[in-house]
Amino acid sequence: MKRWREIGQMDEFGRIDSPVHNLDPRAKAVTTIAFVATVMSFHRHEITALVPFLLYPVALLSAGRIPVGPVLRKVLLAAPFVFFVAVLNPLLERAPVASIGPIVITGGWLSFASILFRFVLTVGAALTLVACTGVQRLGAGLESMGVPYTLVTQILFLYRYLFLISDHGTRMFRSMELRSVGARTAPFHVRASLLGSLLLRSIDRAERVHLAMSSRGFDGRMRTLDALRFRASDALFVAGWVAFFAVARTWNLPLVLGDILAGGPG
Amino acid sequence: MHMSDALVSPAVGGTMWILSGGTIGLCARKVRQSTRDNLVPMMGILGAFVFAAQMVNFPIPLTGSSGHLGGGLLLSLLLGPHAAFLVIASVLTVQAFFFADGGLLALGCNIFNLGFFPAFVAYPVYKLISGGNPRPARHYAAAVIAAVAALQLGAMGVVMQTSLSSISELSTAAFTALMLPIHLPIGIVEGLATVAIMAFVARAHPAGIALARPAAPAPMPAGMLVWFAVAAMVTGGLLSWFASTRPDGLEWSLARVAGREEPSPGRTPAHRALAQIQSRTTILPDYNLRSTAGLANQETEGGRTAERTGTSISGIAGGLATLLLVLAVGACIRSCSRARPPRGTP
Repeated sequence: MKRWREIGQMDEFGRIDSPVHNLDPRAKAVTTIAFVATVMSFHRHEITALVPFLLYPVALLSAGRIPVGPVLRKVLLAAPFVFFVAVLNPLLERAPVASIGPIVITGGWLSFASILFRFVLTVGAALTLVACTGVQRLGAGLESMGVPYTLVTQILFLYRYLFLISDHGTRMFRSMELRSVGARTAPFHVRASLLGSLLLRSIDRAERVHLAMSSRGFDGRMRTLDALRFRASDALFVAGWVAFFAVARTWNLPLVLGDILAGGPG
Repeated sequence: MHMSDALVSPAVGGTMWILSGGTIGLCARKVRQSTRDNLVPMMGILGAFVFAAQMVNFPIPLTGSSGHLGGGLLLSLLLGPHAAFLVIASVLTVQAFFFADGGLLALGCNIFNLGFFPAFVAYPVYKLISGGNPRPARHYAAAVIAAVAALQLGAMGVVMQTSLSSISELSTAAFTALMLPIHLPIGIVEGLATVAIMAFVARAHPAGIALARPAAPAPMPAGMLVWFAVAAMVTGGLLSWFASTRPDGLEWSLARVAGREEPSPGRTPAHRALAQIQSRTTILPDYNLRSTAGLANQETEGGRTAERTGTSISGIAGGLATLLLVLAVGACIRSCSRARPPRGTP
């Protein structure tokens, strides 16, 4: 399945060597959370003041040497649910709030556009965080930030076996399709049996993995070789971005810029 | 039914983070206390199994559409509710980070809606109804009722969180009327598929399931849960008091009401009081609000339109200029970092 290969691609991005990748994962996680919270604290109708926030994902992706295309594609793939909830706003909120020449803009359209733009910002930032950090380092960062190691280990395990099990499932369903030529859809009980069989294989695999790991001395904790160090550059990264978010949250920078461009009161 | 960041306010998202985080902490402690030493790889691989199982669509009877397994009830049956909750939390985290399903701020909401209800509502309900009765019909009925309950509660959670965030204009009643019927057949399919899979496994390899079965399901410590709920409510209240989204929405709807009636030059005492509360409670004054308040109070129609148009045009021009600036900065960084030869290529 194409979707699975694309996640593998995200992991490849995580292994690129760049200044952004070398930052402490905790610094990036904290900054990204601050970013999302700031973006979501704006008024429903805000659009212009949100534009400067695009700088955060754009700068990280650029400095991390990560191609924009795959990340953008993933953002668009996830859009439908938000789109269908947001698209009702223009129908429900019809009070005019602004006009450009003869075109009157209602609050609903503003909030519709605002939701979609925020969606791009927040989802883009989360994907950027993973692409600039990688799963293993992110897991180590989460653990040192107080996330229970049971959960962190679980996430790393899940991630490790995701590809194997889903490849297995894909093969099973492909062979079912090959053996049932002409049948449009497999009946309910066939699907359930296939999944049951995949479940049994998964349980068997878990048992084998457990034995193999026990014989190598696994004690329930995953360890990474490179120790995390929170350096001055990491603190500078967090402080700089949080200061930028605060400035862009307090003053509507594009409006100021627009006034300057229009020659009005700056 | 993943909640998205773009629909959640920081107050709601933060509150749900605390609730889900607290439950994760409790479940992690429970799982660590477990004496089953194969639990770690079993949880990880069953999480991967749920991922794979979600690729398979089950036809939903009578509707012509199809849905996929959520997996919460199945995991609870296999691993017990505490481990199952952690597995679902990990699945949702990976989905948020790699598929862009949901998001960071909404992760707490999603873990609660899709994890808490199946593990701590559906599973006990299933146990209660099936009650060790060997008749398969009873198991099917129990699983369907349990799964439907979990999905309806989860859908209700989505509605409540969206409404409390007041970012979507959809009214609570309309959203409820939309979400609950959609999730009814999905719940039925979830229940039927769960029992069908368990029945297959029990038939094909009865010993296999014992490998994954929990030792003894322990009840959730109710006292701790109450404390977490209180903490979450207090935090949520504080956050929503300070966060400007709610006062903004209130101010805006008041301004709209005022604008629709006679736009009186002098504000009512209620208006003034609200404005005072607003200016005292918002840490960061909202720039946009000033034009909104001005809109409601402008006396002359011409001046009003002129000001609005002026704001719109400089806003659009400034927005586009900022956008170009951001992209230029990005391109600049990119070309600068390309200039250096990469150390140690992957």
